[in-house]
Amino acid sequence: MRHLISPLDLSVEEVDKLMDVARDIEENPQKYAHACEGKTLATLFYEPSTRTRLSHEAAMLKLGGSVLGFSSSNSSSAAKGESVADTIQTVACYADIVAMRHPKEGAAQVASEHAPIPVINAGDGGHQHPTQTLTDLLTIRSLKGSLGNMVIGICGDLKFGRTVHSLVKALVRYENIKFILISPEELRIPGYIRTDVLDKNHVDYKEVERLEEAMPELDILYMTRVQKERFFNEEDYVRMKDFYILDTEKMSLAKEDMYVMHPLPRVNEISVEIDKDPRAAYFRQTQYGVYIRMALILKLLEIEV
Amino acid sequence: METQTLNVGKIEEGFVLDHIQVGRSMEIYKYLHLDKLDCCVAIIKNAKSSKMGKKDIMKIACPIEEIDLDILGFIDHNITVNIIKGNEIVEKKILKLPGELHDVIRCKNPRCITSIEQGLEHVFVLTDEENEIYRCKYCEEKYHGHGKKKSGLKG
Repeated sequence: MRHLISPLDLSVEEVDKLMDVARDIEENPQKYAHACEGKTLATLFYEPSTRTRLSHEAAMLKLGGSVLGFSSSNSSSAAKGESVADTIQTVACYADIVAMRHPKEGAAQVASEHAPIPVINAGDGGHQHPTQTLTDLLTIRSLKGSLGNMVIGICGDLKFGRTVHSLVKALVRYENIKFILISPEELRIPGYIRTDVLDKNHVDYKEVERLEEAMPELDILYMTRVQKERFFNEEDYVRMKDFYILDTEKMSLAKEDMYVMHPLPRVNEISVEIDKDPRAAYFRQTQYGVYIRMALILKLLEIEV
Repeated sequence: METQTLNVGKIEEGFVLDHIQVGRSMEIYKYLHLDKLDCCVAIIKNAKSSKMGKKDIMKIACPIEEIDLDILGFIDHNITVNIIKGNEIVEKKILKLPGELHDVIRCKNPRCITSIEQGLEHVFVLTDEENEIYRCKYCEEKYHGHGKKKSGLKG
């Protein structure tokens, strides 16, 4: 039995195979419409997350399975002080697979150690969010045809964004990837990602402060939200939040086949006017998120179609 | 000034831990849970050492299978461990960093699941032997071994 706790739990070959299945699902949805009949997914969300929960639930429903669960810790036994280990063992009596989000880091790991059924980590605090990383990889591969030989710009809060850290760790496993890391100095990527991930894997990268500077070189631009709660004071937030807003002017500097991605939700870092640009790929990214989760559920339940 | 000598007798079966960094023997007493064992323990502090100047020594008289010495590798791998049986040294144990530490150090990350789940074991995994780095099994919080960051020690 397998779980998915960290994005690197799956080898490059396994991720490739998963993406092949996701692609087949996209092209032949009917073929998979009853693949999980009689199976139940439990979504245990100890903190709210509309997108991730609905994406997992949609994935299971599109496979013909059913879903149950809770969407905040107040509506679960956690409010009475039940441990993750006890909750997971109870839920395993009702469901065949679990997707879990928890505010504490390592919660999904604890669940997987006690679960007699597969556990998908749907986010454990600021630690891991592997299905987002798989979504990002599938999106890049679908848009560009492969996962190597490209320049990827990552813009915004690179210091605290777990999505960014996981994506960098996952992408360095592919050939000839170059990163341009675009952020204010205060929100630069952590030192350990630079040394332990980029330098260690001899990956070419540069750090710039201005989005305009990077735009002409990019094949993919991955935008992230600058979250208000990351700042110690309002003043710093207000000063920096608009530094990295993507608008039509900046977009005009980009290649014709450059794509813009974003894990969503966005606030104002991508102007709505960009939505109409064919290079805006963030809503397609959300759609790919359902396909890859469908493929993942099939893999973890060991169902072949 | 008169030189004072303190004689501690031989042990028939057990361990002699030599070259303990001065002052750390009580810490070792605690980590080996010797307070819970009904055995004879001699702790010699500030003994003269040609190599170290001063050192601590411990003699523990007990059946050798009763104590798990792996933790010593984490506390200080320079300690010499002599295993005694039938009044003879039968083995000199070479210490190395244990691959995993269970309930030895506590995870200090307030965002870690171990911070709220009381019954959960604190497990650290050796991820970089050369630099003596352990990481929390759950949140991957970093911890440097060998008492470099003693404040994290659970005792």
